[in-house]
Amino acid sequence: MPILKADAAACQGYASCVIAADDYFDIDDDGLVVLLSTEVPEADRERVDRAARACPAAALRLEGA
Amino acid sequence: MTGDVVIVGASVAGVALARTLRSSGFTGRVRLVDRETEEPYDKPPLSKGRLEEPVRLLTRPEAERLGLELLLGVEATGLDTAARRLALSDGSRIGYGALVIATGVRARRSPWIGPGVHVLRTLADARALHADLAQGGDLVVVGAGFIGAEVASTAIDQGCRVTLVDPLTSPPARVVGQSVGDRILTWHERAGVNLRLGRVVEALDQLADGISVRLDDGEVLRADHVVVGIGAEVDVDWLAGSGLHLEDGIACDPHGRALGADDVGEGRVGEGRVGEGRVGEGQVFAAGDVARWAAADGAPGRRIEHWNSAQEQARCIAATLLDPERPQSPSAVPMVWSDQHGRTVQVLGAVDPGVEPRLVEDGDRLLALWDDGGRVTGAVSLGWPRGALAARRAIANGAAVTAVVDTVAPREAAR
Ligand SMILES: Cc1cc2nc3c(=O)[nH]c(=O)nc-3n(C[C@H](O)[C@H](O)[C@H](O)COP(=O)(O)OP(=O)(O)OC[C@H]3O[C@@H](n4cnc5c(N)ncnc54)[C@H](O)[C@@H]3O)c2cc1C
Ligand code: SF4
Repeated sequence: MPILKADAAACQGYASCVIAADDYFDIDDDGLVVLLSTEVPEADRERVDRAARACPAAALRLEGA
Repeated sequence: MTGDVVIVGASVAGVALARTLRSSGFTGRVRLVDRETEEPYDKPPLSKGRLEEPVRLLTRPEAERLGLELLLGVEATGLDTAARRLALSDGSRIGYGALVIATGVRARRSPWIGPGVHVLRTLADARALHADLAQGGDLVVVGAGFIGAEVASTAIDQGCRVTLVDPLTSPPARVVGQSVGDRILTWHERAGVNLRLGRVVEALDQLADGISVRLDDGEVLRADHVVVGIGAEVDVDWLAGSGLHLEDGIACDPHGRALGADDVGEGRVGEGRVGEGRVGEGQVFAAGDVARWAAADGAPGRRIEHWNSAQEQARCIAATLLDPERPQSPSAVPMVWSDQHGRTVQVLGAVDPGVEPRLVEDGDRLLALWDDGGRVTGAVSLGWPRGALAARRAIANGAAVTAVVDTVAPREAAR
């Protein structure tokens, strides 16, 4: 199953990922991305990959996608 | 040539388009043409902090895996929409089924050139600038737009002495309004950036040991490095005679179809089906910084020089190419960001800098909200990601200002 990874050091809290897929991403009070789930079923792959690519800080990766 | 998509400009918009075509199941031929010899890279990081390994938007191996043909180091030099042919700098001519022009803009040429004088648009520009900044010394930044302000912040972090010059007395106010703009200026002041606002650079002279920068009030600044950040301009001379409408970029309909080329493609759309590798034929689209999309109601639009918009326009074009019966228009809440002195500025939706917003503050963080009859239409967040997220959702849903205030600062009495 594709695995979602976030680079906390790169995240800038723009929350574009949250807007694109709020069932996988949230941000905490300091604006750091929080992954709500790291295993991405095939059915969500395209949507989550798109959300990851919407990150302006290139902080997100969907591996094995 | 059926289903053959050619994209000129392999950057934010072009790469997003190519990727979306593939992830949507398009199997036809896709070529990406770019004059850069570099593998496609992202631009926002070029002004934000130390220049590290560039963020690649697409690598050669990935392009190969996705079946995307990357033609790098090749410039598009002419377009014949009737023959559906693109002329390239290597002397070849290539045909296309659908053409997407995503050639961006270039840095406005500096009126002064010489050693130590920089503009910033490409990776090569960034490498030259950062090599200079690493030497320390005095930097003068001409133009305090977002990029100039980011460079000032980056340079002061690296130990340079920095002076920021701009003809406006509050450059950020032009985008975010006076009260929020003043707040951003205090970040520069606290970080130790010397501000010369309301001043115009009159002359730049090369000295034996640096550069002298003369301002309109007679002050002369000595610099080791100068960054001229005075905006960007479209670069569409190669499209002259193509029939496309070229007033401030490429004029398009609300779906990114370039005006002036539709007489060729119209009537043929609808043949395409996903997977068959057939798309709306002969059509020319434009996306990203170079494109001027009409509003949904057809009213002439403005060019948007923002990363999010470039991506979204690209995704709309991909969807329109694959299903021409249902052409797409952007629907996301516009978002621009800028990182300065360790804080993020986010501008969301429609911000009217001439109208004073409602301010919500929480210590150092600030959220400014613009509304229309009580419903949030635009917002600026200074260092407050959750505030920005709440505002972005509110703008999308047409929620009330009071609802946002309750979400982000329940204890705070709104002002
Ligand atoms: C330093 C910097 C910082 C930025 N920071 C932010 C930010 O924080 N937030 C934000 O929202 N936006 C930011 N932007 C703007 C953002 O990067 C642009 O909106 C985005 O790059 C636009 O993408 P594009 O694909 O339309 O054009 P571009 O990225 O400009 O790419 C156009 C490509 O077309 C190629 N090309 C041009 N003409 C030809 C031709 N005739 N033949 C072949 N190839 C050609 C070019 O080589 C280039 O690779 C920043 C821009 C810069 C330069
Ligand atoms: S889009 Fe990227 S930078 Fe923004 S919150 Fe998500 S991971 Fe962080």
